[in-house]
Amino acid sequence: MFAFLLRRIVQAALVMLVVASIAFLMFRFLGDPISNLLPEDATVEERADLREKIGLNDPFVVQYGRFITNAAQGDFGQSYRNNRPVSDLLAERFPATAELVLVAASLALALGIPLGIYTALNPRGWISQGLQVVSLLGISVPTFVTGILLILLFSVTLGWLPSFGRGEVVDLGGWTTGFLTLSGLKALILPSIMLALFQMTLIMRLVRAEMLEVLRADYIKFARARGMPNRMLHFKYALKNTLIPVMTIFGLQLGGLIAFAIITETVFQWPGMGFLFIQAVNFSDVPVMAAYLVLVSFLFVVINTIVDLLYHVVDPRLRVEKSTARGV
Amino acid sequence: MSTFMPMLYSAWDSDIAYSFRKSRVAVISTLLLLAMFLAAIFAPHLAPQNPFDIAELSLFDSELPPAWAEGGNPAYLLGTDTQARDVLSSIMYGMRISLVVGFASVILAAVLGVTLGLLGGFLGGIVDAVLMRIADVLLSFPPILVALLINGVLRGALPQSAQADSALIVLILSIGLTNWVQYARTVRGSTMVERRKEYIEAARTLGTGSVAIMVRHILPNVLGPVLVIATINLGMAVLTEATLSFLGVGMPPTQPSLGTLIQIGNEFLFSGIWWVVVFPAVALAVLVLAVNLLGDWLRDALNPKLR
Amino acid sequence: MTLLELDNIVVEFPTRRGPLEAVKGLSLELNEGQILGLVGESGAGKSITGAAITGLIEPPGLIRSGQVRLRGQRIDNLAPEKMRRIRGKEIGAIFQDPLTSLNPVYTVGEQLIDTMRVHLGLDHKAARKRAIDWLAEVGIPAPEARLDQYPHQFSGGMRQRVVIALALCAEPKLIIADEPTTALDVSVQAQILALLKRLCRENGTAVILVTHDMGVIAETADRVAVMYAGRLVEIGDVAQVIQDPLHPYTKGLMNSIPQIGNRDARLTQIEGAMPGLRNPAPGCAFAPRCPQAIDTCRTLRPIPVDAGSGQVACHLFGEAQ
Repeated sequence: MFAFLLRRIVQAALVMLVVASIAFLMFRFLGDPISNLLPEDATVEERADLREKIGLNDPFVVQYGRFITNAAQGDFGQSYRNNRPVSDLLAERFPATAELVLVAASLALALGIPLGIYTALNPRGWISQGLQVVSLLGISVPTFVTGILLILLFSVTLGWLPSFGRGEVVDLGGWTTGFLTLSGLKALILPSIMLALFQMTLIMRLVRAEMLEVLRADYIKFARARGMPNRMLHFKYALKNTLIPVMTIFGLQLGGLIAFAIITETVFQWPGMGFLFIQAVNFSDVPVMAAYLVLVSFLFVVINTIVDLLYHVVDPRLRVEKSTARGV
Repeated sequence: MSTFMPMLYSAWDSDIAYSFRKSRVAVISTLLLLAMFLAAIFAPHLAPQNPFDIAELSLFDSELPPAWAEGGNPAYLLGTDTQARDVLSSIMYGMRISLVVGFASVILAAVLGVTLGLLGGFLGGIVDAVLMRIADVLLSFPPILVALLINGVLRGALPQSAQADSALIVLILSIGLTNWVQYARTVRGSTMVERRKEYIEAARTLGTGSVAIMVRHILPNVLGPVLVIATINLGMAVLTEATLSFLGVGMPPTQPSLGTLIQIGNEFLFSGIWWVVVFPAVALAVLVLAVNLLGDWLRDALNPKLR
Repeated sequence: MTLLELDNIVVEFPTRRGPLEAVKGLSLELNEGQILGLVGESGAGKSITGAAITGLIEPPGLIRSGQVRLRGQRIDNLAPEKMRRIRGKEIGAIFQDPLTSLNPVYTVGEQLIDTMRVHLGLDHKAARKRAIDWLAEVGIPAPEARLDQYPHQFSGGMRQRVVIALALCAEPKLIIADEPTTALDVSVQAQILALLKRLCRENGTAVILVTHDMGVIAETADRVAVMYAGRLVEIGDVAQVIQDPLHPYTKGLMNSIPQIGNRDARLTQIEGAMPGLRNPAPGCAFAPRCPQAIDTCRTLRPIPVDAGSGQVACHLFGEAQ
């Protein structure tokens, strides 16, 4: 177990190094940092000074080393557009995205798993057929269209819920939360539904497919031949086998949620990291792009590593891999 | 039973045409797609108006609701936008751009993926290892994020003035370069299996070169799965294009795709002209849905075990 | 005493080109404690016959006509919940592949305990104790420690022993064993068969042993039923059928077993292949491959008649009388 943990951490560190290198290459070769940081009428001397000051004259390797060292400490330099440290910008925006993703993920899991099980167990019922159609709609209708339709219905027509922003937030020592005010909670509803809907349909389809597969497995047939009641077959013998792979995919999906938050945040002008990132892409604000890439990759890597570890805890076949002979 | 069910399956499997006729979903989606493809291809001849020709626009007719609503004008079936452009015509022209980006990026991804997969699977060793590591890294990120990044990098590398003109190419590249991995993995897998088979050995002994073996013997064997991936990918590509355009980093308003139209419409959401955003959105959803349904059917038809 | 009766069973699979009959009217009887070998080539319908008895034919397949009776009671038309109570408790089953028959994410103990609690109404503690006894019974060393291990920690042969324990733990009166040793090493096969035979003898459990291996039948079974293309061609006591097979197909099968101690004996193969289930010819299904076929064989289907220690369905046999 320990060796596995170590291997996994080394792997994660390697991925981060690759990502940081890509970020560095973007930073170094995309656009000219000097003309981006100085006003247009800056003199030649001012430009040369700044080049020297931010170290663009140093050898390539030194620059690379410095970038990696700074990045590891969360320092990504100045945003070209806002002229503020990128790390400040991201830190400000992080809680908004984190809360949105958290609510959406919980919603997606809480609905997706039971619905997936239901459709797998009653594949021919009309509710299942209906859910299959809805889920196909869910993965075919672009999320931003869903968001717009939600706004059109609940904000424009009915006027029940806000269509942009986070509402009132409470600052808890650097972490702004919308969970504590009524307007904050109301503002969360539409964006989190929009973000969750797609993931929910994905989880539902995945659970359904896995469960149908498992129900065809020999060990389920043998359990049925032993006269085990359906309740036990479905919710004990089949469910655990179903959820193990689903858990892995969900880990990846969590990353997907962070990425899709970019779209949700744009539709609802949600002041999160994704909104910041899309503005950065729009204006080629390279330091912000690079920092977002590194931060999001870091989150992915952490989540994936945790999921992998959990997988080893839950699946007995992997848990005792080392302690017994591999052969049969 | 052990031998009986596979027999049933292979009897069922042998007849794709039959399963197509039997599947109402497949027939309907194909008809829908055909109609949309034709409408897009022949947009300049079929559309009631050329929304890009200022001479055809009359500001008196701006913000008209759909023909059946109160104040609607039968000349503009789905209404007009703030600049008096006919929504139906805009959709037809927009679909054209969406489909061009979709098809081009799928072709780019397929060609790239198949080539790399063949190379990796056939050559093995370091080439294969490097390719697969790149694939792993790409796959661990959501495609939309990868596409956004490639998009950002490409646009950053271009001078500001050239950005609008090259938007189409930038989109095709960002989507195509994002989606090749699945092809490469599938093709690599089959290539490694095929490579070991006797007929490849035979071809080699006869002095057939590596490239010839790959193209003539291995490629035909992997085309089935590639077709399935390509169909499913087309839906994804159209969706990604629409998303990028919606986010403002895709097609500019001067050459709107369906995504751009929705983005433009979104800005007028609160002014009550819902038709400007709803109809392009419906068109996009129907297009993607039809492609996905067809892809699902094709996958099941080619591999009944996946059902 | 008669335990199980199959009365003219027809099993059908609907396909888009019309129904396929996998079993075409099969009748046989099995006494309590008896071991019956059911042999035939792949596709002869022997596994489906087994599934018909346990009520586990995969939909859309179904028993089109005929009856399955257990101790005189019809069981082929029971409600699903009633049939479930019979499965495991009255009729157990053992499948071909011990590697996939056990649930990978639960310990073997948990699977044994669940099964016994469902059928025997034991509490957890008592069930656990009996589970240990069963593991010991099927010859698993250190049963107490092994109880809490997962299937992947057992070897193939050991897993099949666990499968046997699972099938027998609710003390059924009949076991359907479908190729129980095919997936195992040859060295382990004999041990598993001997174990199965011993346990069934001790508990008075009857067995239907589905196999294509005449050698396995010879070693294990009391009676043997030979199936060909969905029908029974011969049934009788093992000794008689092996020594003196009546049906030409059975003779062909016997000639294909290697005989120990007779090096000069040649293995012969039956020429040709079993006909497909679709579009059956009017006569005897074996006629096209039969070396002794006469004209009647190609036009008229033979009906099983009493002969030897059982029955045989062959015109030639009638002629000879």
